Amino acid sequence: MTLPAGRAVAPAFPSDRMRRAAESFVIPVGALVVAMILFGIFMALIGKNPLEVYALIYKGGFSSGFAWQNTLQRAAPVILTALCVALPAQAGLIIIGGEGALVLGGLAAAVVGHAAAGASPLVAQIGMALIAMIVGGTWIAFAGALRHYRGVNETISSLLLTYIAIALFNHFVEGPLRDPGSLNKPSTQSIGEAMMVGHLPGMDVHWGLAYGVVFCVACYVLVRYTVLGFALRIVGGNVRAARLAGLRVGWLVLVSCFLGGSAAGLAGMVEVAAVHGNANASLIAGYGYAGILVSFIARHNPLAVIPVAILVGGIGASNGLLQRRLDLPDATVLVLQGIAFMVILAAETLYGRFRVFQPREQQK
Amino acid sequence: MDLGWWGVPVAVLGGTIRVSTPFLFVSLGECLTEKSGRINLGLEGILVMGAMSGYGVSYLTGSPWLGVLVAGIAGLALGLLHGMICSLPRVNDIAVGIGLMLLGTGLAFFLGKPFVQPKAPTLPAIHLGDWASSPQVQSALQVNVLFIIGVILALALTWAFRNTRWGLVVRMVGDSSDAARAMGYNVNRVRVLATAVGGFLAGIGGSFLSLYYPGSWNEGLSSGQGLMAVALVIFARWQPLYCFYAALLFGGAGALGPALQSVGITSGYYLFNAAPYVLTLAIMIATCSPSRNLAGAPGELSVTR
Repeated sequence: MTLPAGRAVAPAFPSDRMRRAAESFVIPVGALVVAMILFGIFMALIGKNPLEVYALIYKGGFSSGFAWQNTLQRAAPVILTALCVALPAQAGLIIIGGEGALVLGGLAAAVVGHAAAGASPLVAQIGMALIAMIVGGTWIAFAGALRHYRGVNETISSLLLTYIAIALFNHFVEGPLRDPGSLNKPSTQSIGEAMMVGHLPGMDVHWGLAYGVVFCVACYVLVRYTVLGFALRIVGGNVRAARLAGLRVGWLVLVSCFLGGSAAGLAGMVEVAAVHGNANASLIAGYGYAGILVSFIARHNPLAVIPVAILVGGIGASNGLLQRRLDLPDATVLVLQGIAFMVILAAETLYGRFRVFQPREQQK
Repeated sequence: MDLGWWGVPVAVLGGTIRVSTPFLFVSLGECLTEKSGRINLGLEGILVMGAMSGYGVSYLTGSPWLGVLVAGIAGLALGLLHGMICSLPRVNDIAVGIGLMLLGTGLAFFLGKPFVQPKAPTLPAIHLGDWASSPQVQSALQVNVLFIIGVILALALTWAFRNTRWGLVVRMVGDSSDAARAMGYNVNRVRVLATAVGGFLAGIGGSFLSLYYPGSWNEGLSSGQGLMAVALVIFARWQPLYCFYAALLFGGAGALGPALQSVGITSGYYLFNAAPYVLTLAIMIATCSPSRNLAGAPGELSVTR
């Protein structure tokens, strides 16, 4: 299958590069505006004032320091799960199994965090992050390996692996690893207050946000400015050309999947170590699926993932306000996301259609 | 009469027939869509939408069969949406499917909120087991009409793909769009229609979930049947009749967990519930190959390349 990467070859002139950059900014933003209009029509049809809905989304997500903290708190795991889609996409794979890597990474982190009781918090946190990244990375790399060595479609296998991961998670949390003290809500043993990841200085937002931003910047550098990233993009652009050039396609596929999965696994560790303090069913909150949406809107660009994840996080943060003020169901955000996703994907067809965005020498 | 341990195979048999019916409809719909050369990963969303609209209409009108019809029409509309968006150049059908999954479930949860509590009239069952003295056997042999329609449909599709003009056109469009274009057929129109009819069948499959078994509407109703159908069609090698056998197999795998629970085996409940997913993955690993296309796969299908 082909992904609309299209940027493997940089245009020759700086102004042409600007035109390409403008194209991949204007089209998604335009599509988002169209999606908002469609959602507004939907809201009007069921008798709600669309302007009031959008005002509440702004109020609940972006209007105050408190709203921003709520938004960033939600954006942190989504930034990481979006990388689970964006990195394999560089090598031409559509992986949608971030949710599975997240829950298993979170489970592994909770086990290690509990076992490391008595160690210094920093050592324990590094151990939790590492184990979560290894578990999540291996989980997604398995889908990549199936793709490369057995020709199994990675989209379907990664999704099946998510269902299996959630079943394993439920089995362990409600069975062998259950804290006997957790009666109403089955959970693993708590990692303890001392082991928790704290807040960023001066804000009520945990360190997970910083992990995500650092991970994104590192991935951006990796993809754009290193030989490995260049090789990945060649594999994504044309597998046969990559083979002819002597690239180790299988290795590259595995690396991109492992890195993506480790990002999602780290998201699970963040949720456990910064929010819940143990692994329980709250981990299965759909962050993996939100990450798919974010990565596609960001056109699989690791840097663009950050603002898009904040936007999606803000919409999620306003959900409670929408439910209370307008008596809307909690699936309202899902509908908005679904409409946005469909319009963004349909807008793929517009790339290369507008003359103003095309490199100048092509027209002569 | 108490069957004791014999209750497990009897319960699995009854469960198989019940659990396999949505699989059967969704996989037949997906089979038709994939025969035309497109893949619709959004059948999961269509299934949930069908379940919600079927239940809602049955509740509001009192007629479950009208609900089945409306569920099909809702599926048709979403299938049409998928088909038309994918007809635009350079739009990836797999990605649109993921989007449709999100949109369909979102719309169903949104619009279905008022129907979570009330009890709607459900579809009647045909009692094939009244000769038996055991209540377990009797309940295992309660068959729904939709199951029988599904079996007939599988046979009819098999026949139609082989023997009718329409079947041949769909297969040609799926195997070589160039050949179809040379013959003067509009490739996109055939694919849009195939996706829409596939959506219709998936919507009916969804209405079975809410109107017969489990027989209520809630947000956890579907457990990924729409997605597993995609793998199931690959397993069935794009043959409608094999889709029926595969649906029975998946239904059996899905019925195992509840059947064991009914005789008191509750540890490992979640692991038994994961059986269909493990089975699907194992089947795909066993049947796929990196070096060649799958036998019987439509040539234009992106998922096998």
